Amino acid sequence: MATTTVPAGPAVSRRDAHPILDLVSRRVVIGVVTLLVVSIVVFVATQILPGNAAYAILGRSANPARLHATERQLHLNRGELEQYWLWLSGLLTGKLGSSLANGQPVWALVKPRLINSAVLVFVTGAIGALVGVALGAVAALRKDSWFDHVTSVAALAVTSLPEFVVAIGLIILLSTVVWHVLPAVSLLPPGTYAWSQPKLLILPVLTLVIVIVPYIFRMMRAAMIEALESDYVEMARLKGAPERRIVLRHALPNAIAPTIQVIGLNFLYLAGGVVVVEYVFAFPGIGQELVSAVANRDIPVIQFIVVVLAAFYVFMNILTDVIALLATPRRRLAR
Amino acid sequence: MAVAEPSAPVAAPARARQVGRHPWLSVLWTAARTPRGAVGLTLAGLVLLIAVVGPSAAAKSPDALLMQPYAKPSGQFLLGGDFLGRDVLSRVLNGGLELLIMAVAATAIGVAVGAAAGISAAYLRGRPDGLIMRTVDVILAFPQLVFALLLVSVLGPKLWLIVLAVGLSHAPAVARVIRSATLDISERDYVKVAELQGMRPATVMGREILPNLISPLMVEAGLRLTYSIVIMAGLSFLGFGQQPPAANWGLMINENRAGLPLNPWAVIVPAALIALLTIGTNTFTDAVARVTIGVERRPEEAALLDELTPRGAR
Repeated sequence: MATTTVPAGPAVSRRDAHPILDLVSRRVVIGVVTLLVVSIVVFVATQILPGNAAYAILGRSANPARLHATERQLHLNRGELEQYWLWLSGLLTGKLGSSLANGQPVWALVKPRLINSAVLVFVTGAIGALVGVALGAVAALRKDSWFDHVTSVAALAVTSLPEFVVAIGLIILLSTVVWHVLPAVSLLPPGTYAWSQPKLLILPVLTLVIVIVPYIFRMMRAAMIEALESDYVEMARLKGAPERRIVLRHALPNAIAPTIQVIGLNFLYLAGGVVVVEYVFAFPGIGQELVSAVANRDIPVIQFIVVVLAAFYVFMNILTDVIALLATPRRRLAR
Repeated sequence: MAVAEPSAPVAAPARARQVGRHPWLSVLWTAARTPRGAVGLTLAGLVLLIAVVGPSAAAKSPDALLMQPYAKPSGQFLLGGDFLGRDVLSRVLNGGLELLIMAVAATAIGVAVGAAAGISAAYLRGRPDGLIMRTVDVILAFPQLVFALLLVSVLGPKLWLIVLAVGLSHAPAVARVIRSATLDISERDYVKVAELQGMRPATVMGREILPNLISPLMVEAGLRLTYSIVIMAGLSFLGFGQQPPAANWGLMINENRAGLPLNPWAVIVPAALIALLTIGTNTFTDAVARVTIGVERRPEEAALLDELTPRGAR
């Protein structure tokens, strides 16, 4: 890449010489601003909007003393701007306060769950990407075969299924009614992480893989068909390159580039998808914690988890864009 | 000859006007006649029928305790009992209507707000465009279900709130699609003519641009309806939708899953209905998308559809 040489002329700025760096830094700035606005939205929605949050939390058990204590904990006795500032600086310095439901520090409560959810998301994403790409490539190579028809119809049907319906279907099939080979709940002993008992990961991962594979499959199939019909594949054929080489060296890399974006989108989707799936399997991740925090109106926990999910969202978005850019030579060079 | 001559040009505009008045109907009709469309419509229609007719067809009260918890199906109770010993069949028949109404309402809100935002952003450009699209970015940073949960956590599981939250969480995605379709249309001659005639921007957007967006709007509406059903059922499943003792398919699945080994039908039937419904709406939407943006279409449809489909949506 010629972009690594620093141009000498004053007319060409550093910015122009690093289109990707430029794009990345611009996206990061936009991402940080978006996150800042997200934090304001979360804060306003949870703490300011409905009058007094302390009332909402305590409900019927509100008495002046408890109300006062809760108000102090949430800094409700200060002005709105000061409340926000205290909350945001706490968020950035790791002083997140404690859960209103059980008094545990928020970070200590959320951290192990965050790790478990991350394991779930990345194992799912990796398996889903591999399976989706492989199925899509095979369907494209055997276009209009029975394999292609069956997988395409199945993909269309499965894309629209809610996660919890898939999860319940798997529980019926694999752990209760039909067979009884896997545990229906993924309860982990406290202090242990998801990888210590891989068997408990199988059903949550399988559920999420089933939900994300159709998107990746459909994109990969379409991109692969386009690649196989392209001029460069035609050219390679005319040169007499072996079919294996044509598929692996020419068609596949070009079909994967647009598919990467869809894989990235599916990681984004997983940020929301884990909520329901973790709840179904009682898997101790942030999704399950969010559901119980919402049920208990545990505002500090809700605020933190929602911001974490949004940050993951924004970060994955940037990453997806950059990888897609790097994977597409045409777009990488064009300014 | 002299009589036949004018009759031809008269006939053509008459047909065009008819199509122009209900173009979405002809698209739906065309989609329904494709194999995919027929399957989708049948599945969705079947579940719709159960949801709408169900409440009046249920023979027994959905709330009465009639048998042992998780009683097996019998001649009297075809689907057995739920976790409290209520009639599963009656609860299934009663459990879909509210879910459907909420999903349709949320879809309507999402498509209306999203379309208004997308058209305004693309047509007005400049500062409104920037403002609308930044707002879109912020809302898109929340997973849809999390956005709804955030609002529910504050104001409690109120049904209007859930409809509003889900509707608003659809708006950004709709706005993006409609914006790119509008960017293309607003360069067309008939828009320029309308502007030169002194039409106000709001009127141009409503009368000249909106009617040309029905294809992407129909596809978006179908997609968002499917997602609405998924999210609404999901929220009910998590316990943040209709509250017990209401009969609701999502809630039923959660309430009765502990009894899967005893009476699986209390879970299987509501889960299957939700699955058939979303598969149906999604398959039909796919057929509509194929017809409007489409791959395999007949020539006479192609002419009609080229009129309907903005270039940006292809």
